[in-house]
Amino acid sequence: MDDLPLLKIHDLSKFYGNRIGCTNVSFDLWPGEVLAVVGESGSGKTTLLNCLSTRLTADAGMIQYRMKDRGYQDIARMSEAERRVLMRTEWGFVHQNPADGLRMSVSAGANVGERLMAVGARHYGNIRAEAVDWLGRVEIDEDRIDDQPRAFSGGMRQRLQIARNLVTSPRLVFMDEPTGGLDVSVQARLLDLLRGLVQDLSLSVIIVTHDLAVARLISHRMMVMKNGHVIEQGLTDRVLDDPREPYTQLLVSSILQA
Amino acid sequence: MTHQTGDAGMQPPLVVSRLAKTFTMHLRGGLTLPVVQNASLLVNVGECVVLGGPSGVGKSSILKMIYGNYAINSGEILISHRGETVDLAEADPRKVLEIRRETLGYVSQFLRTVPRVGALDIVAEPLVARGVSLAGARDVAASMLSRLNLPEALWQLPPATFSGGEQQRVNIARGFITDHSILLLDEPTASLDAQNRAVVVAMIAEKKTRGTALLGIFHDEDVRNQVADRIVDVSSFSARKAAA
Amino acid sequence: MTGLDASQISYNFAYLDEQTKRMIRRAILKAIAIPGYQVPFASREMPMPYGWGTGGVQVTAAIIGPDDVLKVIDQGADDTTNAVSIRAFFQKVANVAVTTKTSQATIIQTRHRIPEETLKAGQTLVYQVPIPEPLRFLEPRETETRKMHALEEYGLMHVKLYEDIARNGEIATTYSYPVKIEGRYVMSPSPIPKFDNPKMHMSAALQLFGAGREKRIYALPPFTEVVSLDFDDHPFKIQEFSKPCALCGARNVYLDEVVLDDRGSRMFVCSDTDFCEDRRAAGHVGELGVAMEAA
Repeated sequence: MDDLPLLKIHDLSKFYGNRIGCTNVSFDLWPGEVLAVVGESGSGKTTLLNCLSTRLTADAGMIQYRMKDRGYQDIARMSEAERRVLMRTEWGFVHQNPADGLRMSVSAGANVGERLMAVGARHYGNIRAEAVDWLGRVEIDEDRIDDQPRAFSGGMRQRLQIARNLVTSPRLVFMDEPTGGLDVSVQARLLDLLRGLVQDLSLSVIIVTHDLAVARLISHRMMVMKNGHVIEQGLTDRVLDDPREPYTQLLVSSILQA
Repeated sequence: MTHQTGDAGMQPPLVVSRLAKTFTMHLRGGLTLPVVQNASLLVNVGECVVLGGPSGVGKSSILKMIYGNYAINSGEILISHRGETVDLAEADPRKVLEIRRETLGYVSQFLRTVPRVGALDIVAEPLVARGVSLAGARDVAASMLSRLNLPEALWQLPPATFSGGEQQRVNIARGFITDHSILLLDEPTASLDAQNRAVVVAMIAEKKTRGTALLGIFHDEDVRNQVADRIVDVSSFSARKAAA
Repeated sequence: MTGLDASQISYNFAYLDEQTKRMIRRAILKAIAIPGYQVPFASREMPMPYGWGTGGVQVTAAIIGPDDVLKVIDQGADDTTNAVSIRAFFQKVANVAVTTKTSQATIIQTRHRIPEETLKAGQTLVYQVPIPEPLRFLEPRETETRKMHALEEYGLMHVKLYEDIARNGEIATTYSYPVKIEGRYVMSPSPIPKFDNPKMHMSAALQLFGAGREKRIYALPPFTEVVSLDFDDHPFKIQEFSKPCALCGARNVYLDEVVLDDRGSRMFVCSDTDFCEDRRAAGHVGELGVAMEAA
């Protein structure tokens, strides 16, 4: 049912002692929607992403996810086993540093095939064929399938990480600065790839980035964070072209024009 | 401030009521810049309404407000969408995107280019978003670009390196390719030569025949005279003095 | 060979004190109750270094009684240094009867092989295990591997097999070949050749596994389902030998390679020395073998 939100976030907060990690974050996310969370260092965007993806436990608030076979599930009430299965199947997480999201000493094909094997795939030929298919979709040459990611460039590693995450057709993918640290032309290629995949697969994506151009290119909606608070949110082109809040105006005006 | 209704009893596809907008420039110490106040207009089926008035008076801003690209302070933007009337000003982002996808089109003044995507695919994209197959959408896109005299050699290239006129033609093709019932046009012929201006005029006429409601800004007087059914002078809504 | 009498033995029966035996027995019972699950235990200092069978020795010491008959083999042979030393150890500290005959033993402690002769009900096979964790080489964190076992997350195990096929065209693992127990836990069978894996399945004997340095005990009660992991299109296969045992002519047994001279001539003979002797005693002769004299 595409009419119902996939994810419902209510008043999510995380504190580090007296310091605010993020606070009072609320939003809904629908299937096929891309939400960008932007802000500078220390804004709380990464804390928020980690809470949403259950890598951190929030101190307050609720995360409700619409499960495939039943209704909304309060993620905090799930058992760790169920959460881990969720992270491997319906959810994905693309790390900023691809080495954090890959097994560096295992071949590219095995990296892509691991999730399939984790959910019971037992036919080597089929697993390999799927890996080849996915490597093609992220524009990695088929003859690199047996190479280890150690031998890949940064952009290639990142594309491999994306393939590894998407092989189980997740519904929701979290991305933490996926283009950070990549050369500009490599970034453009990666973003174009992501755009295409998001559309083709009707993915919901929550992407954290400090790069507004990335947000404009790939997201439908945007949330601007500062000091742990969401200070503005709305349609991406509206927030970028008609920023309301002082901080948003500052951010938008700070973009360097090439 | 005149407005006419179309066929008896038919709700105009676009009705704008009492729009007001003020920019607050926090980086300039909170300086407020009023744009429009009490702006009202409507566009009927098959009609082309032109926004008139001197430059700087807020014409482009009005189009952007209607498209949802700019927020408004108060007022209503009523759109006939999926058989119902929706106030775009109150709609959530998802609804706005749905309206843009199905009902409300926009040819902006400048093409915002996406890296790595060729001109043909940029033009085809709105059709693909409506569920048309990629091959079919590319066919229609090709015929539009041909009509606008964009050389075929450019079709596979990303438009970032195109001239202003070439980019504008990509923009127009992308805006005209669907059958959206409302089309907003911001200076669509500004960088075009006479031949292509004529093509655009013909395309606008075709849209009108098909019942599309068009609201546009045309700097060129000749084009304006050919396409306009009505002219609405925006100066009467202006909340600030026009640029000298 | 006579052992010392009761007044001369200065060790507790079987070396370990009774409380320690109790602790180990509890671990063994737990392990039997959850086949294939690695039970942590408080491994003791033994009079031999880690890597020399301390886990197996502790398990044997905990279960052995005065009426037991002990056999100890190392790579299938009763007469290698380690087998001899451990057998002598138990003779000294437990004064038990020892044997080289598989069929006569009640407890068989083994390093790296399962005897060829099918084991019977009432027999216990004690394996010496170096690395009990089958996932260790791909996942170095103990915290992670424990979770993986708890949550039955074994995709990584198949990744290892996938890599083998990708690199070698087939699954190249030939020993410590991972197995799945009763459809639940993945276990390392210890470094026995994969040739021996099928013997673990539905055995009438009790199988106990002890890892002294890693401090883990696991077990397979009799008649437990043990399945070697594989892919549908690359099924599990045991090693095949092109020739039978050179001494006794046995087929379908695991053979050791023995180099005979400086010119590289070699022969392949049964790794299980007791099995080979029995066959030769029964009159079988291999191509390099000599008929045995009557005992």
